[in-house]
Amino acid sequence: MKRLPVQKRTLALMAVLLPLLGLFIYVALRSGPLAPVSVVLATVENKRLSPALFGIGTVEARYTYKIGPTFAGRVQRLDVHVGDRVRAGQVLGEMDPVDLDARILAQDAAMKRAEALLNEARVRKDYARIQAARYERVLKDRAVSEESVVTKRQELLVAEAALTAAREELSRVRAEREALAAQRINLHLTAPVDGLVVSRDADPGTTVVAGQAVVELIDPSTLWVSVRFDQIRAHGLSADLPARIALRSQAHEPQAGRVFRVEPLADVVTEEILAKVIFDRLPDPLPPVGELTEVTVELPALPSGPAISNAAIQRMDGQVGVWRVANGELHFAPIRLENSDLNGQVRIREGLEAGDQVVVYSEKALNPHSRIQVVDQLPGVTS
Amino acid sequence: MISLAGRDILHAWEKFVFTGVGLGLLIGVTLTMAGVYRGMVDDARVLLDNSGADLWVVQKDTLGPYAESSSIYDDVWRGVRGMSGVACAANVTYLTMQVRHGDHDVRAMVTGIAVGDPGTPGWPPYLVGGRHITRGHYEAVADIAAGFKLGDRLQIRRNRFTVVGLTRRMVSSNGDPMVFIPLKDAQEAQFLKDNDAIRQQRRRTAQDPAFNRPEVPGLLDAVIASQSGNPYVNAVLVRIEPGHDPEAVAEAIRRWKRLTVYTRGRMENILVGKLIATSAKQIGMFLVILAAVSAAIVAFIIYTLTLGKIREIAVLKLIGTRNRTIAAMILQQAVALGGIGFVVGKITATFGAPLFPKHVLLEPLDSAGGFIAVMVICVLSSIIAIHAALKVDPAEAIGG
Repeated sequence: MKRLPVQKRTLALMAVLLPLLGLFIYVALRSGPLAPVSVVLATVENKRLSPALFGIGTVEARYTYKIGPTFAGRVQRLDVHVGDRVRAGQVLGEMDPVDLDARILAQDAAMKRAEALLNEARVRKDYARIQAARYERVLKDRAVSEESVVTKRQELLVAEAALTAAREELSRVRAEREALAAQRINLHLTAPVDGLVVSRDADPGTTVVAGQAVVELIDPSTLWVSVRFDQIRAHGLSADLPARIALRSQAHEPQAGRVFRVEPLADVVTEEILAKVIFDRLPDPLPPVGELTEVTVELPALPSGPAISNAAIQRMDGQVGVWRVANGELHFAPIRLENSDLNGQVRIREGLEAGDQVVVYSEKALNPHSRIQVVDQLPGVTS
Repeated sequence: MISLAGRDILHAWEKFVFTGVGLGLLIGVTLTMAGVYRGMVDDARVLLDNSGADLWVVQKDTLGPYAESSSIYDDVWRGVRGMSGVACAANVTYLTMQVRHGDHDVRAMVTGIAVGDPGTPGWPPYLVGGRHITRGHYEAVADIAAGFKLGDRLQIRRNRFTVVGLTRRMVSSNGDPMVFIPLKDAQEAQFLKDNDAIRQQRRRTAQDPAFNRPEVPGLLDAVIASQSGNPYVNAVLVRIEPGHDPEAVAEAIRRWKRLTVYTRGRMENILVGKLIATSAKQIGMFLVILAAVSAAIVAFIIYTLTLGKIREIAVLKLIGTRNRTIAAMILQQAVALGGIGFVVGKITATFGAPLFPKHVLLEPLDSAGGFIAVMVICVLSSIIAIHAALKVDPAEAIGG
C-alpha cells in the first residue's frame, strides 16, 4: 500500500506521456515523405464517346451592302434610319446634284436647238432637191447652161450632208442629255436588295468621297456565325455537322444550327481554322451582328472503347501515361490517346484495358515509390 | 538500481511536464519558422517543377518570365520547335491579378496555357478533382488554395470562366495560387482594357488627324483594329528530347533565335537567388534569432530547474551520493525535458502548419537537425547546471 502513491504518479505521468508519444509517431508517419499519398482511383470503362469541338465566333451577315455615291459630293437627303427595313430598288437618299439640273436644262435647250437646226437642214435639202430636179428638166430644153445644173446638183449634195450633220448633232445632244439624266439618277442612293439598315454613316450636308459608304445594309435572312476553332482541336470538322450556338446574351438557351462551310483558308497567325455556322431557325429578335457566340459542334459518336478522364493522364520522362494500380502496386503505364470529348473523357488506343484501375486524382505528384492511400474524394474539392 | 532522475521527475511530474510542454511550444515555433523559410524556397521550386519545362525562352536580356516581365511574339514557338533537340514547345503567359468570385476577389497568378493534351508544358501535372481544360475558351483549373470549388464561375477581366478542375501546390513564387486558363483568353486578359478605356482610346485615335483622314475611308477602322491585337506571350516553355544536353539546346536557341534562354538550374538561381532572396533572408534572419533565443531559454530553464533542487542535491551529497550519480540525474532530466519539448514541438508544428496562409514545409531533415540541436543545447546547459550542483556545499542541506 505504501507504493501506491508512487504508482499513481507513474500512471499519471504515463497517461500524459504515452498519448504524446503516440501522437508523435502518428505525426512522423502521416506527414513528410513517409506519409502515404491520398489518391482517388477510377476504373477504365468501355464507353461510347461523343466528341465535340468548341469554338468562338461572332454573328455576321453573309451579305453586306455599303451604299454610297460614285462621285465625291454632298449628301442632300437621307430618308432611312438604322433599323429600317427597305425594299429592293427603294431610294434611300440622294446626293446634292449641285449644277446638274441646270446642265440638264441647258442640254434640253441644246436639244431643241439641234432639232431646229435639223428642221432647217431638212428644209434646205428639200429646196435643193426641188431646185436640182427643176434644173434637170430645164436642161433637157437647153434653157440653162450645164454648169448651172452641176451647181444645183452640188448644192443638193451639200444640203444632204448638212442634214446628216444636223441629225447626228441631235443624236449627240440627246445622248448627252441622257447621260446627264443617268448621272442624275446615279445621285440616288438605292437599295439593291430587300434588307435592313444597320449603319448610317453620314447625315445630310456631309461631304463624302467617291466610294465612301453612306448607308450600310445587310440581308438579315442570311445571318451566320463566323467561328474560329483552334487547329489542334479541329480534327473532324466538316460541313453539315450539327452545332449548338450559344449567344453571349442568351448563354443558357443555345440555338440549334449546323456547319455551313469550313473555310479553305485557315488563319496563319492565330493558328485557327475558320468555319461558318448557320442557324436552323433565325432567333427572334435577331441577334446583333458582331455578338460573341460559343459554338459547340457535335462530331459523330465513336464506337465503344476503353476511356478514362483526362485528369488521369500524366507525363513522365517524355512519355504520356497513367498511374496504374494493380494488386496495391503503383506503376506508370504508357498509353496512346485517341479522341476526347468536351467532358474530359479520352479514348485510349492502347495501353489500358477496360477494368484496369488507374489513379485519377492524387494529393501530390506520384513516383514509382510512392505509398498510396485510396480515398473516395480528396478533401476540399467540393463544398 | 533506482533511477534518481525518474524518482525526481515523479516527485513533481506536473511541473516537469508543463515545463516540457512550454519548451515544446517554443521549439514548435522555431520548427514552424524553419518550415516557413523552406516553404518559401519550395514555392519557387514547385513553380519550376510544375511548369514541366526544361528550358524557358524569354525576351532577350530579361530575367523573365517570373522575375521580370518578358514579352515575345506568340509565333516564336514555331521557330523554337524546329530547333534540334526540342521535343515540345508551348507558349505561356503569367499575370498576377485579383480574380473575382462572387462578391470577393482572390489574389491569383493567372496562367495562360497552350491548347493541347495533358502533359503539355505549362499544364498542371496532376489534379485533385474535376478534369483538365478541354475547350479552347472560358474554362479554368484552379489551385485548391484559392478556395474555389468545381463549377464555380470566376470573373477574369471581362469574361467568366467555369472551374472544371482543381489542383494542389500550384503556386507562384510569392505563394499566390495559380489559375490556369486557355492561352487566348489569358492574352486577352493581359492586355484588353475595360470598356471605358477602349472607348477613350478609340476617341483619341479618331481625333488624331493622321489616322482619321476623310479621303481614306476605312483607315480609322484599320488603325483601331490594329490597336486591339495582342500577339504576345511571356515565355515559351521547351521540353527537350531525352538524350540532349539542355545547355547545348539553350545555346543553339540563344545563338540562332537571338532570345534569352534559361535552363532549370539558372532559373532556380534567378528565383531563389534573386526573386525571393531578400524576403528569404529576412525570414532566415528571424529564424536564426528565434533559434538563439530558444536555445537560451532552454538552457535557462534547465539551469533554474536544477537550482530549484539545490537543497535536495545538498542532502544527496550529505548522505554520500557520488558526484557521477548526481550529474547523471541532472543530465537525464535535461535530456528527458528536451525530448518532451521536441515531441510537443514537432506535434504543434505539424498541426499548426496547415493553418498558415502560405505553404509551410516541414522537412524531416530539419526536424532531425532540430532534435540534435535541442539535445546538444540540453546537454550543454545541463553541464552548467551540473557544475553549479557539484559546487554546492553539503552543509547547505542542514543550514538555513
